[in-house]
Amino acid sequence: MSSPGRRLGFGLAINEAFHQVMEEDPSVVLIGQGVKSPWYVGNTCNGLVARFGERRVYDTPVSENAVTGAAVGAALAGLRPVVVHPRMDFMLYAFDPIINEAANWRYMSGGAAHVPVVFWGIINRAGEQAAQHSQALHSVFAHVPGLKVVAPSTPRDAKGLMVAAIRDDDPVVFVDERWLYGGEEEVPTEVYGTPIGKAAIRREGTDVTLVAFSYLAPKALEAAAVLAKEGISAEVIDLRTLKPLDAATVVKSVSKTGRAVVCDVGWRTGGIGGEIAAQITEACWAGLKAAPVRVALPDLPAPASRSLEAAYYPGAAQVVAAAREVVARGRG
Amino acid sequence: MPLKVVHQAVTERLEILDKDGRADEALVPALPGEELVRLHKLMLRMRRFDEKALTLQRQGRMGTWGSLRGQEACQAGLAANLRREDWLAPSFREHGVMISAGVSMHQVYAIWRGDERGHLFPAEVHCLPVSVPVGSQLLHAVGVGMGLGLRGEKSAVAVGFAGDGASSEGDFHEALNFGGVFKARTLFFIQNNQWAISVPFRKQTAAATIAQRAHGYGLPGVQVDGNDVLAVYAATRKALDHVRAGHGPYLVECLTYRMENHTTADDHTRYRKAEEVAYWRERDPVDRMRRFLAARKLWDEAREAAYLEEVAAEVEGAVALLESTPKAPPTDIVDYMYARRPWFLEEQRAEIAGRVAP
Ligand SMILES: Cc1ncc(C[n+]2csc(CCOP(=O)(O)OP(=O)(O)O)c2C)c(N)n1
Ligand SMILES: [Mg+2]
Repeated sequence: MSSPGRRLGFGLAINEAFHQVMEEDPSVVLIGQGVKSPWYVGNTCNGLVARFGERRVYDTPVSENAVTGAAVGAALAGLRPVVVHPRMDFMLYAFDPIINEAANWRYMSGGAAHVPVVFWGIINRAGEQAAQHSQALHSVFAHVPGLKVVAPSTPRDAKGLMVAAIRDDDPVVFVDERWLYGGEEEVPTEVYGTPIGKAAIRREGTDVTLVAFSYLAPKALEAAAVLAKEGISAEVIDLRTLKPLDAATVVKSVSKTGRAVVCDVGWRTGGIGGEIAAQITEACWAGLKAAPVRVALPDLPAPASRSLEAAYYPGAAQVVAAAREVVARGRG
Repeated sequence: MPLKVVHQAVTERLEILDKDGRADEALVPALPGEELVRLHKLMLRMRRFDEKALTLQRQGRMGTWGSLRGQEACQAGLAANLRREDWLAPSFREHGVMISAGVSMHQVYAIWRGDERGHLFPAEVHCLPVSVPVGSQLLHAVGVGMGLGLRGEKSAVAVGFAGDGASSEGDFHEALNFGGVFKARTLFFIQNNQWAISVPFRKQTAAATIAQRAHGYGLPGVQVDGNDVLAVYAATRKALDHVRAGHGPYLVECLTYRMENHTTADDHTRYRKAEEVAYWRERDPVDRMRRFLAARKLWDEAREAAYLEEVAAEVEGAVALLESTPKAPPTDIVDYMYARRPWFLEEQRAEIAGRVAP
């Protein structure tokens, strides 16, 4: 039963996805470090051990490679594991099972094997977490054939994309970040999947398209509000999925506005933002009034101190500046 | 054909002081009184340093801090055996060893206040930067140890640090195996404080000890009472002699207890029992050594008070230095990326220099 108006935070929305999908499908298991520990995975795993038991919800030793490799094996044999990496940085210990194995098995087995695992990585982000605790590796995963990558920015999508990722028959990397966990909105009570590969238009506009995801999606909306006061009408697209990219929605929008600002929550060089800008350029060349502009993290690790963090992370102000620039540069 | 035994290993545990500080006299290291006192002083100094950090953190003057309280005997027992030429590969709870080995107090504070400049250690101190991914330190220490061997060092060794949690990483196992094959000049120093955040040791491994794993890789390994500074000192001395002599790595497991929260961002009362903590409080490493020294008339309340005053002044001096350090300029984040700045960072540097807070 849906109860209209019910609001949930980002963490509890993910928690509800787990409760509902684990209830409907006994092959779903959750495994990772700290699934019992509130400050590690927040409230996302509340009540799961009590409800489903320790044979479906595993709190593990400090062994990212073992956690992930075992999940891949279990998936090959028919389970649907969700692997929790509470710090995305330490997923690097598990690159082999994700990239060499999970991503390749269907292809290498001529379609016989499949690996329905969700690799959930939380970007810890700022608050003096520094270089080894803040890394956004979504673009690395998006680069790898065989993986899907989703990156919700709202509680409603967090729940829907987690459900869809678990139900998906291929490996899905689910990327979110600490900064999103303060968000709250109306979330449907029933179980639903948000389609993987489908972007959302968050605000319509005519002068410039702001393409964003994850923490920069709400920042792009803030930026659009500021721009509106200056007479610039911005359309805001929240990608939600990075692979497969919803190029059709982006291209349609930029064909209308003729200008694009692409916002990437990761490093600039070699990031998904560059890929999106390239696709826009290829598909919209004739209609572009200016070259697309990127907003991204500088090509540097996250600094440790708060004062330096302020200089490091782009926010709404940078999106506004980029939009003004692209509008000013426009040829017509 | 009957089955043959092809390998058998026994894992030993060393204890010298009992819970009340009474020693097994036959095992007490043959050290002059002042050296025994030094072990105690090292512990007092690191405890005071650690307590101050916790206070600063509560006052919003420090970032997240991982307290070493309860592990002083491990770190002091090791530190007393270190030589100037030795190398350290620390994880995030090795403040005690670091300040004992010559890293300045204010630098360790700076690291945890979120200032990369804290890693600008004095040139004569061979300490790698604090690495956060657990387990990584052991492989680094293997590499350093191999390098020392390559250079023909006869004394210097590398010490790699890990906890009980880190011992579940592949890195731990690969380090032991690899170091053994290449006879690295490496000491694996494991502080088993029985908790990895909220996961207890018995959920970390089915093995009874961490020390016994060394045997599987062909290395000597021993467990010591990690709340007994004399035992840690003696075991570490023996282990270091072995490594210094070029016989390859050695593993020392100190069985101890993390008295505080995992870090200041944690609340341990949610996952462990007060009785367990109380049990270990009664085995406090500093109290045990104090009683041992007092019984030998090497130490008394007046000496302790005087020394604590001295240390308090040193710690306050470090805090003053820390807090008078000017903030790093924003361009610092660009300037230490490569030996020479590439063109794209020149552009990004200009952007950052002109940027205001988001
Ligand atoms: C590779 C890696 N995975 C996870 C973490 C997150 N983490 C930080 S401390 C810690 C527990 C480590 O436990 P232990 O090795 O026993 O050291 P202790 O905290 O007890 O000193 C974990 C899992 C990390 N730092 N590195
Ligand atoms: Mg531990």
